[in-house]
Amino acid sequence: MIINLRVWRQPNAQTPGKMVAYRVEGVSEDMSFLEMLDLLNEDLTVRGEEPVAFDSDCREGICGMCGVVINGSAHGRASSHGDVPTTTCQLHMRSFADGATIDVEPWRAGSFPVIKDLVVDRSAFDRIISAGGFISINAGSAPEAHSVPVPKLQADRAFDAATCIGCGACVAACPNGSAMLFTSAKITHLAMLPQGQPERYLRVKNMVAQHDAEGFGGCTNIGECADVCPKQIPLDAISQLNRDLLKSLFKGEGKTA
Amino acid sequence: MAITGLLLIAFLLMHMVGNLKMFLGPESFNHYAEWLKGEILYPIFPKGSFIWLFRFVLLASIVAHMYSAWVLTIRDRAARGSNYVVTKRRAQTYSARTMRWGGVILAGFLVFHLLQFTTRTFLTGFTATDDPYTMFVKSFSGPMSFMVILYALWLVAVCMHVRHAVWSALTTLGLNTSERARGVLNSLAWIVAVLLFVGFIAAPLAVMFGWIK
Repeated sequence: MIINLRVWRQPNAQTPGKMVAYRVEGVSEDMSFLEMLDLLNEDLTVRGEEPVAFDSDCREGICGMCGVVINGSAHGRASSHGDVPTTTCQLHMRSFADGATIDVEPWRAGSFPVIKDLVVDRSAFDRIISAGGFISINAGSAPEAHSVPVPKLQADRAFDAATCIGCGACVAACPNGSAMLFTSAKITHLAMLPQGQPERYLRVKNMVAQHDAEGFGGCTNIGECADVCPKQIPLDAISQLNRDLLKSLFKGEGKTA
Repeated sequence: MAITGLLLIAFLLMHMVGNLKMFLGPESFNHYAEWLKGEILYPIFPKGSFIWLFRFVLLASIVAHMYSAWVLTIRDRAARGSNYVVTKRRAQTYSARTMRWGGVILAGFLVFHLLQFTTRTFLTGFTATDDPYTMFVKSFSGPMSFMVILYALWLVAVCMHVRHAVWSALTTLGLNTSERARGVLNSLAWIVAVLLFVGFIAAPLAVMFGWIK
């Protein structure tokens, strides 16, 4: 396959970037999108040009490290064969036609400054998690699992929300640059479980405050985030966050929760 | 945003039911209009006073709604940062995308609506001393009445805004609890929007076709 790429090149956060066209030859349809970028980078290196910087780690769709906007859609869901939710590393070149032109851009959001080319700084997510995305327990030997029963439906909902890999596609896709889907996934995950209850209402206040302090936008319930989410975190997670946030207003700093 | 919006939608529903009294004849409609202006909660409130409380709450809702929208828009624009070279819209509806400018257009129409029927400074075929029923009939009568078309356009804008608003407000208030709830809320939003459109356009159309004279 031959692929015509238009890739966002930006040396650093201070310098303005632009789209640069490349022609990648010898692409196999079994390659992942990232392997195709590797191929481009090998070629660029041989030619003595600066390779395209992009994030990646596990390359099996579970770590949340990779992520670029492909043809205007985060992780390229719109291009994927069969329109399935995907991570960039799990999008394969068989989803594209031979000779196709593909636009590749970094996640764009005020709170995700570009570090270089397709790499953005997502440390704002870490600070949101630090603000409350945990439970305070003394570590030690694991307690007997059956000592704290969890209803099946709640356990399922907690697990579904916990599958969030923090890739940032929700922010990238949101017209408002909001990270509500990410934040609400953690809120919902912990709110469904007994272990999350003691800090439940304090957590939601602190995490939303940190979300806002990072400069993410407000949610207007449009739904672009959930559409591109590789883990399909549902929109109702955001409603769960709102519900808990409303309740927290009536609980003094969550202490009585 | 959500609470003020829901208050305004509740007002629209009440206003719609009131307008449907056009079908019950001049006496019924005029009496209703008189009651609105003078007799709500009379005698606990003096005649003609409650309407001002009512108007104050509505105006406060509109102001608070616009203020929230303004603050949210500024914040969201800053949060979005630079734009993509290519953007593929996938989930968003036309209603959702046009909430902001749609809201501005609605505010403009609302000013015209008040100047027309409340203060009666902008007379559309009626005189300032006509009773409410006559005012209604004269404004919308005639084949292919320009006013009916304008009014219908306004209603389309209102109902598009309401379609996203009902879903969005109830989600913001925490009612979107599951996939099923999402379906229910979206259906409810459609029902309210269509109900408002049909309820509001019915009487003007009836006037235009001469069924109400």
